[in-house]
Amino acid sequence: MAKVLVVDDEPNIVISIEFLMQQAGFDVVTAEDGESALARVAEGAPDLVLLDISLPGISGFDVLERLRADSDHARLPIIMLTAHGREVEREKGMALGADDYITKPFSTQALVEKVKTLLAEAS
Amino acid sequence: MAVLGIAFGYLGLLFVIAAWGDRRAEQGRSLIGSPTVYALSIAVYCTAWTFYGSVGRAASSGPSFLLIYLGPTLAMLMAPLLIRKMVRIASAQRITSIADFISARYGKSSSLGALVALIALIGITPYIALQLKAITLSHAVLVNYPQAADMRLVDESFWHDKSFWVALVLAVFIILFGTRHLDASERHEGMVAAIAFESLVKLVAFMAVGVFTVFVLFNGPGDLFARVAATPELAGALSLEAVPGGAVGWMGTLVLAFLAFLTLPRQFQVLVVENVDERHLKRASWLFPLYLLAINIFVIPIAMAGMLLGDISGNPDSFVLTLPLSAGLDGLPLLVFIGGLSAATSMVIVETIALSTMVSNQLVMPLLLRSRRLQLGSRGELAGWLLGIRRVAILLILLLGYLYHALIGDSYSLVTIGLVSFTAAAQFAPALLIGMYWRGANRKGASLGLIAGFLIWAWTLLLPGFAQSGWLDPGFLDQGPWGIAWLRPYAMLGLEGWDIYTHSLLWSLVANVGLLVGISLFSRQSPLEQTQAALFTEAMHPGLMETSLWQGQTTRGELRLLLDRYLGANATARVFSRPDASEDDLPAPPALISRAEQALAGALGSASARVLINSVVRGEALDLDAILSILDTTSETLEVNRRLEQKSNELARASEELRSANERLRELDRLKDEFVAMVSHELRTPLTSIRAFAEILHDSQDLPEEKRRHFLDVVVHESQRLSRLIEEILDLARLESGRLTLNPQRLDLVILARHSLDAVHRLQENRGVDLEVDISLDTAWVVGDPDRLEQVIINLVDNAGKFTDDDDPRVLVRLERHKDHFRLAVEDNGPGIAEGERERVFEKFHQIKHSGSQARGRPKGSGLGLPISRGIVAHLGGRLWVEDAPHLGGACLVMEMPEAPAAEPEET
Repeated sequence: MAKVLVVDDEPNIVISIEFLMQQAGFDVVTAEDGESALARVAEGAPDLVLLDISLPGISGFDVLERLRADSDHARLPIIMLTAHGREVEREKGMALGADDYITKPFSTQALVEKVKTLLAEAS
Repeated sequence: MAVLGIAFGYLGLLFVIAAWGDRRAEQGRSLIGSPTVYALSIAVYCTAWTFYGSVGRAASSGPSFLLIYLGPTLAMLMAPLLIRKMVRIASAQRITSIADFISARYGKSSSLGALVALIALIGITPYIALQLKAITLSHAVLVNYPQAADMRLVDESFWHDKSFWVALVLAVFIILFGTRHLDASERHEGMVAAIAFESLVKLVAFMAVGVFTVFVLFNGPGDLFARVAATPELAGALSLEAVPGGAVGWMGTLVLAFLAFLTLPRQFQVLVVENVDERHLKRASWLFPLYLLAINIFVIPIAMAGMLLGDISGNPDSFVLTLPLSAGLDGLPLLVFIGGLSAATSMVIVETIALSTMVSNQLVMPLLLRSRRLQLGSRGELAGWLLGIRRVAILLILLLGYLYHALIGDSYSLVTIGLVSFTAAAQFAPALLIGMYWRGANRKGASLGLIAGFLIWAWTLLLPGFAQSGWLDPGFLDQGPWGIAWLRPYAMLGLEGWDIYTHSLLWSLVANVGLLVGISLFSRQSPLEQTQAALFTEAMHPGLMETSLWQGQTTRGELRLLLDRYLGANATARVFSRPDASEDDLPAPPALISRAEQALAGALGSASARVLINSVVRGEALDLDAILSILDTTSETLEVNRRLEQKSNELARASEELRSANERLRELDRLKDEFVAMVSHELRTPLTSIRAFAEILHDSQDLPEEKRRHFLDVVVHESQRLSRLIEEILDLARLESGRLTLNPQRLDLVILARHSLDAVHRLQENRGVDLEVDISLDTAWVVGDPDRLEQVIINLVDNAGKFTDDDDPRVLVRLERHKDHFRLAVEDNGPGIAEGERERVFEKFHQIKHSGSQARGRPKGSGLGLPISRGIVAHLGGRLWVEDAPHLGGACLVMEMPEAPAAEPEET
């Protein structure tokens, strides 16, 4: 069963995504800041990461950069999930190697579809 | 004889310097093109009178000698205003002396010029005598010490009087390099170089005695002053009270020195006539006062030392010589003698050159031109004559000085003679200074004022001097002439108790200025006078001086002939651009006539030059109307320029304002964008949860009841959060635009605080926070909006609750009086806020970063609570800030509100 890592500092958002992913049949691990997100990846590589940008401590961009710098996770599917709606931020995320960029608030169906598609491509 | 040899050797050295200076000038490599040389040449002000007399005056009249140097210091500070104008006028009009200056101002009047020259001659001769006396006296002291110098040399034949020979040698010397050129307005560069050198010599010599006295004869100034203090009769002699005439005497001497500095012929010569560049005034205006300070600094110590040593030092005027002599030295007294010699000779040289120019140009030439006895037309060149006149004048002036010295020089001390001459020179000041600024001053007024001032000077200072020498019966001093008491020379009109110089200066200047102004007001000026008056008073007007003022007619040939006759071929060639006579039948342009007149004025003085030009030019010079119209045109141009400049300045200012306004707008725009981005980010967060859970609830019909309820709770909670956020944003917008409506009223902060705390108590308890309250005040009346203040208090407590320590969360609320304010402090026991962060917490959307474990389970704020609270408190006249928590150790937010004014009747 595919494992999805959800990184967000808003507890309610984590709960909702966790529920959606479990409903779609994935294992879920969560993290509420950048440091613990990196720790979760190190503990056992997830198959996909849903990554918020505004996080306490190191930001989502930093997490993305570090994961991409590591050859083990160069191809790990990562979806940026953020309330920052500006075009420059989207471009920055894509340039740093994100696979997709979804702005909040998001459509739950679209999110689940996107996760499924990326996981299928990866395997 | 050795002393005399050295003295002559020194004069020889001076001559070499002067010759070198002239040579350099001819080669076009001027020695004196430096402001420092200019400033040093002005120091010709310090004569033998300074060198020997200052110490004498300090010994007899205390610090009053200083005023003689404060006056010139004052004048030099005003140099940019006053002396610059004099210099500019003099160079435009080719002025040769102060007599020429005054004559030119009052319509190139030859009679006024002659009057000034005569007064100068009579008034300054004693001063020259004083220098001769100083040279012979110092020589006698040097040679005869320790026997007192016997100065009654007049009893012997003049053949044996050294003063006579000194005068003669100086005359030859001055003739040799004072009259090398005909054009008196051409600078005597060699002379100025020599004078500047002499100024250095006298300064070095005087300071050498000073250092010797203070540090060799005594052990430094401390020792000297201590010994003076121990001698009661000396301690008083040098105090301010010793100044004769008291405060009036101070003022009088100061004014006298100020005026004399500008009007003494030699000062006018070096300050104005010899000035090569008016920019030199800038450095001279501080360097010369510095020189005066340096040469005066040892005067009082030397005077004290001389008086302390008593008998061995003799006459105070000779202290500078007798002090080193009494110590048995050989070299230093000789240096002092040379210093005194340099002070005396520099004065005599410049003064004699200035006086001889006046005598030849203002007294002799006009007479020669008028008498016509001297068939000038047929005599060819006059240049030789002019130089001859000047040379004879130099000789006569020096012999006159010697005569004065020989006949009555013994009855006065050095200082007294100097002040007599100062007062005479000061008589020129009204005509000179008023004439430079008041166009209405005229020749009649100036002449009568000068005559009156001169007569009063002669009556109050000159004749009493004669009387004291035994030449006149001194009875009129005490009883007045023919027993008329109010005419007593030292107590005119019954004014008694003043020192004689201030007394004389007051009465002579009152008469002088009174007549000048009074008569000028009631009599008319001739057209030429009006023209010259306008040119002098408007001298700083740009462009005016270059204007050509001749409208009459003549031919080039006639002008050429005239100049040839009086100035010689070389000078004529310099005036005419074309050397050959091919165009001599053509009419001379006005500019050429003006150049010719200036060239003549430079040699003969303006009055004579005017007479000569008039003899060949038919028609009048430009009249006053023409001058005024020139002035008006230039003023109009200036006015237009000024307005244009003002306009362009305004434009520049406007565009600068626009630019900065634009910058402010751009900055505001950037802030607005940032704000919108932050607001949308904050709104998206609760919205995200709401939408996600709503969709989940919508799509998943088979959710367990417990989950469904939980999700619905979240939706409700997040909706509330969203509403709150919108409320806050609106509050902030109202605060920032000043549209927040507040209902200020008298309220008791004690009651309000308790009420607010009741409202949050339950919430904090649920979060496990221990909320302590410490309010011991009975009442705390402030003026505020109760709802808004409650909002602030709740926000502060809520905020504190989020930052408490994890294990033992505590919040403490205190309300205390602080002077006429009340302070509500909310403390927590969290990690506190770093110094640099304390103001940033009041920025919009600023989130304090929790470290990882603390973030867990804590409700996040919007980052708007504190900025809103601060805005509300500020609107109510209070303050809100962060400090260290004194009791719990974390952060402490303090709200301070001013105490309300005394209760109104209905509330008591």
